[in-house]
Amino acid sequence: MTKHSKTLNLNFGPQHPAAHGVLRLILELDGEVVEKADPHIGLLHRGTEKLIESKTYSQAIPYFDRLDYVAPMNQEHAFTLAIEKILKIEVPIRAQFIRVMFCEIGRILSHILNITTQAMDVGALTPTLWGFEERETLMTFYERASGSRLHANYFRPGGVHQDLPRGLIDDISKFCINFPKIIDDLESLLTDNRIFKQRNVDIGIVSKQDALDYSFSGVMLRGSGVAWDLRKAQPYDCYEQFDFNIPIGKNGDCYDRYLCRIEEMKESIKIIKQCIERMPKGPIKTINNKITPPSKKEIKESMEALIHHFKLFTEGYRVDKDEIYVAVEAPKGEFGVYLISDGSSKPYKCKIRAPGFSHLQAMDYLIKGHMLADVPAVLGSMDIVFGEVDR
Amino acid sequence: MQNIQKLEKKINSELTTKIKTSKINHDQLYFKIDHEDLINVIIFLKSNQETKFKQLIDITAVDFPEDKKRFKIVYLLLSHENNSRIIIEYSINENEVIPSVTSIFPSANWMEREVFDMYGIKFKDHPDLRRILTDYEFEGYPLRKDFPITGHKEVRYSEDKKKVIYEPVRLEQNYRNFEYESPWEGTKYIKKQSKKDD
Repeated sequence: MTKHSKTLNLNFGPQHPAAHGVLRLILELDGEVVEKADPHIGLLHRGTEKLIESKTYSQAIPYFDRLDYVAPMNQEHAFTLAIEKILKIEVPIRAQFIRVMFCEIGRILSHILNITTQAMDVGALTPTLWGFEERETLMTFYERASGSRLHANYFRPGGVHQDLPRGLIDDISKFCINFPKIIDDLESLLTDNRIFKQRNVDIGIVSKQDALDYSFSGVMLRGSGVAWDLRKAQPYDCYEQFDFNIPIGKNGDCYDRYLCRIEEMKESIKIIKQCIERMPKGPIKTINNKITPPSKKEIKESMEALIHHFKLFTEGYRVDKDEIYVAVEAPKGEFGVYLISDGSSKPYKCKIRAPGFSHLQAMDYLIKGHMLADVPAVLGSMDIVFGEVDR
Repeated sequence: MQNIQKLEKKINSELTTKIKTSKINHDQLYFKIDHEDLINVIIFLKSNQETKFKQLIDITAVDFPEDKKRFKIVYLLLSHENNSRIIIEYSINENEVIPSVTSIFPSANWMEREVFDMYGIKFKDHPDLRRILTDYEFEGYPLRKDFPITGHKEVRYSEDKKKVIYEPVRLEQNYRNFEYESPWEGTKYIKKQSKKDD
């Protein structure tokens, strides 16, 4: 007599609380063991790249907030850097400091969300409640600088939109003093937690070679022991002036990636502190009115300023014919913009390289042979946000 | 910076005829090749001891409807050891089938699916060439320049049929694409002249 075994097809998502958004994952199960995973993405596809082609450069910036919406400013950074490099604009040093500071705030925002939701996926609720309180504080900083909690639209080619309001720096510096305590609290809940470790240690192991072959970047790469961080390797803005370390993992499992994120938050705090200490005075965007709009006061007094203002908000600025790829170290990995300009005021082509896209692709490779219950743990440690995967 | 020039020389001398043109722009290497040589070039770049471009960052296409060869396919590679990026590109006609690099980089799988989805370019030997980002049963290739920005179909929940239905897009107002070409920056014939001076 032969035993018949049949594999079971399970539809995980698109409305699953642990799918971190709209992921439809089709799993082939043999008992409780996953034999194959086929992620269906695109349920949040909004055609960002197509839309950008029909917008001027400054109208395109807000689309970048809506990619990885838990760390919006990091995305804007890549796009503004691309334009700046083509136009060869010098960014004032104060603007660079502000941008670096807010990028690091974005990194903390993203890592808090990831760590706490990963904990929630494997059964711990408290970290989420504690972590989100801090996220709220950080988003208030976003709001005070840019006017918006999430979709900041704050970075501009040539600087930032407006100067920091009075008192913001002091509050951020207070936050930097308090936050390490919160990280310790979170760690006391998770790092040595028996359940958390059982669910994460030795789960979803990525070897060094595979991490490279599967185009991993960011924590997914560093968790496997590859010391590669674009902030160090190819510094942009004023990152080379700061003193910080790159934490790397040893085993490449979900637990190591969690530890990397915790350490990265501590390094981010270090960078923010240095930013605050050394924050220079001066302009916050280039004074070239062909690129950045003049102030309201000037518009009232100067004819030329009025023309500049009108031109910038109708036609926009023209960008010379060129082709460039610029990448930044976003919280989730290498976020890149491949921009082709044709001399008009609209991008000819803007390909967005989202780190989550290549991470999610490796789902099948990562989860094969694991149990069904490990799916949320692996998915959580990949730090997937569908805004950027689907674009 | 010197490093990158050395790299350019090295690749040019090793691949000689396979490279059509090469240049350095914004500290990045740009190479134009023929699409028959793609697999050889990529294998060389990945495995050679001096180049070591071990990570495929992205694959994308660009549509130039006016050109003889309509699509430009672009491969972005990264070398950690040399800390440098390389951009490989070649042009193809609309109906040409190009080789897949999934056997060299497993991560090329989804990237090539995306190019197929967005531009309708077919890859030979791809293990699983399906649409990826667009809707199930989507028609057309959205990132081609002749695809309308408003799309062809819209989705809504029909109260009568009690289900989600697809309908042709109906616009209350036609899509307007304003032309802002202005006289303020100088007229076209002046612009052309100044280009010659450069």
